[in-house]
Amino acid sequence: MSTATTTPTPTSNVTRRLSAIGKARELGILLALVIVVIAATAANPNFLFSADGWRDLLLTPSILVLVAVGQAIVLITRNVDLSVGSVLGLTAYLTGRLFIDLPGIPIIAVFVIAIAFGGVLGLINGALVAFAKVPAMVITLGTLYAYRGINVLWTGSDRINASDLPKSFLALGTEQFLTIPILTIIALVVLIIAGWYMKNTRGGREFYAIGSDPAAAELYGLRVTRRLLTAFVLSGALAGLGGVLYAARYGTINSQAGSGWELDAVGAAVIGGVAIVGGVGSVWGAAIGAVLLLTINRALPILGIPDFWQRAVVGVLIIGAIVLDRVLAVRQKRKLIEARDDS
Amino acid sequence: MSSITQTTPAPASVRQYRDYDQPLWKRVLLTREMAIIALLIVVVIVASMTVRGFGQPITLTYLILDVTPILLIALPMTLIMITGEIDLSVASIVGLSSVITGVLTHGGMPFEIAALIALLVGGVGGAINGFLVTVVGLPSLAVTIGTLALFRGLAVGLLGTTAVTDFPEFWTDLAKAKLGATGIPLVIIPFLVLLAIFAVVLHFTPFGRGIYAIGLSKETAAFSGVDVGRTKFILFVLAGLVSALAGIYYTLRFGSARGDNATGMELQVIAAVVLGGVSVFGGRGALHGVIAGVLLIGVLASALRLANVTSDVINIITGALLVISVVSSSFLAWLRTRRQAPGGKPRVEVSTAG
Repeated sequence: MSTATTTPTPTSNVTRRLSAIGKARELGILLALVIVVIAATAANPNFLFSADGWRDLLLTPSILVLVAVGQAIVLITRNVDLSVGSVLGLTAYLTGRLFIDLPGIPIIAVFVIAIAFGGVLGLINGALVAFAKVPAMVITLGTLYAYRGINVLWTGSDRINASDLPKSFLALGTEQFLTIPILTIIALVVLIIAGWYMKNTRGGREFYAIGSDPAAAELYGLRVTRRLLTAFVLSGALAGLGGVLYAARYGTINSQAGSGWELDAVGAAVIGGVAIVGGVGSVWGAAIGAVLLLTINRALPILGIPDFWQRAVVGVLIIGAIVLDRVLAVRQKRKLIEARDDS
Repeated sequence: MSSITQTTPAPASVRQYRDYDQPLWKRVLLTREMAIIALLIVVVIVASMTVRGFGQPITLTYLILDVTPILLIALPMTLIMITGEIDLSVASIVGLSSVITGVLTHGGMPFEIAALIALLVGGVGGAINGFLVTVVGLPSLAVTIGTLALFRGLAVGLLGTTAVTDFPEFWTDLAKAKLGATGIPLVIIPFLVLLAIFAVVLHFTPFGRGIYAIGLSKETAAFSGVDVGRTKFILFVLAGLVSALAGIYYTLRFGSARGDNATGMELQVIAAVVLGGVSVFGGRGALHGVIAGVLLIGVLASALRLANVTSDVINIITGALLVISVVSSSFLAWLRTRRQAPGGKPRVEVSTAG
């Protein structure tokens, strides 16, 4: 074991080239999104050029963007968080209960409590994954059920209605600032911070290092456990923030809020070029993936396709995105080998 | 000193198929599978004593009718997960085959032929998964998230929100028919036949040993002459076929073909398979454990429902059971290494070296 040596690899070259592909991948998805929007607008100008159309275009994907950003961070560390939908549902209900049980509670306090609660749920996932060394898929599959079960137990047949929530809070879900919905601004701010953090800070880069090769990261002395905990806490906290915004946006919350979102979040990240095997992708890609996923849903009926087919289109998109990713990776590898043989 | 280092136990990352140092009784009895089977027996006994009506034949009937689709799909899923892959699209294939059976029957085709075509479509769906995983070389988790959406989308797209309910009574009755007065549904027979086939293939054939070999180390398996790609491809096709079969059964059992039939069942199947002792990293697991895992979840759900526990507490229990079962086994492994070697380092076997 003492003779374990690390073979020198052209790391800087590889990462530079990989990030170049990453950029190309995000560009491709962005292009797909633009095409969808243009096609839908051409079929019906109201899709983009009416006040409602513009607002929906920005508003609808905002919450999924938040959840997908958290999911992307976890995926980059070569893990997965399948419990995000349940965390979102639980925090959405918590939000409603806070307003009902503590009348006059400041909105900012609700935000803080919900985000912290989501973070704690994420911490449970992270601790189980990091300390028990059990695959994240199994753990978060378990907590997907457990958190949803707690939600249903707590909610029962109860339901929170818009009339139970303060008007100023509901306004968050609909109000706009310079025609841009507040929810979208929140999502954008989070996205920019997360994007900056992942790209420019040591902590962010360590997520990539861990996802690329967990054993090497450990050998190199990175604090893998702490990073994993951080990734899951971030994912949980963002799902928690998503839960508050869900409550503000929809007003009605039952025990099934957010069910099935885990696959949408993973799907958004995968469409956006985040590799499920870790180490590759960006939160920007995941966010664009989320926007594309939900925009297609609204564009299909306008393009004359019943929205029943939405999931099929999404499926083709996910498969297309990962096949494209694979083709690019194979080509890149061949080029690298050629470059090595030439030198 | 060099001879000592040679006998150092293999690092934890190297997974072993079986620990042949242990005596036979220990190897047979002290396994994850046996623990689940024991737990199942305990739950059945406790439930029959404390829950009124649990011991009734009708309970057994509904229990089996309910878990049959999961039991069926768990068979190929076990094999796929032992190779270290996963198939999340199974429940979508259940929905798709259900819809295809419904649409074709509704269009005037004899039910038997419609069901055959649905079965074929399931096989093609599995082949698409298998092609993308083995030929294109994509991770199965990503591929089957895609085909999960694709197949479900096709199912929902074909039928919309409508449902087809006009199926021949002969078949719908057969799906619920019982073996005499025992309360055991007839569907148990085709399931047992399939179980026997899968068990023989997995545990008694070179193909089955290849499945374990792939899960332990793909490279070693390939060097040992296992056709890794072909094996995985066959397994994905099998998963598609069996899921379609489960879909046809599901349709007949509820007499209704709908696009959203069995939504979310993939998670139930995977939870049961993992509970039954199959590692998601591949290389370990056995069918008897998986069957016990499916039944354990089913029995718990059935008993709690009879005890008037809301059906959703069952979700908490399912989830907690899953987490506890996987965490406890790694906790036990950690305890074992602690006991063997104070200080956390693997013990060096000096005796054989000296």
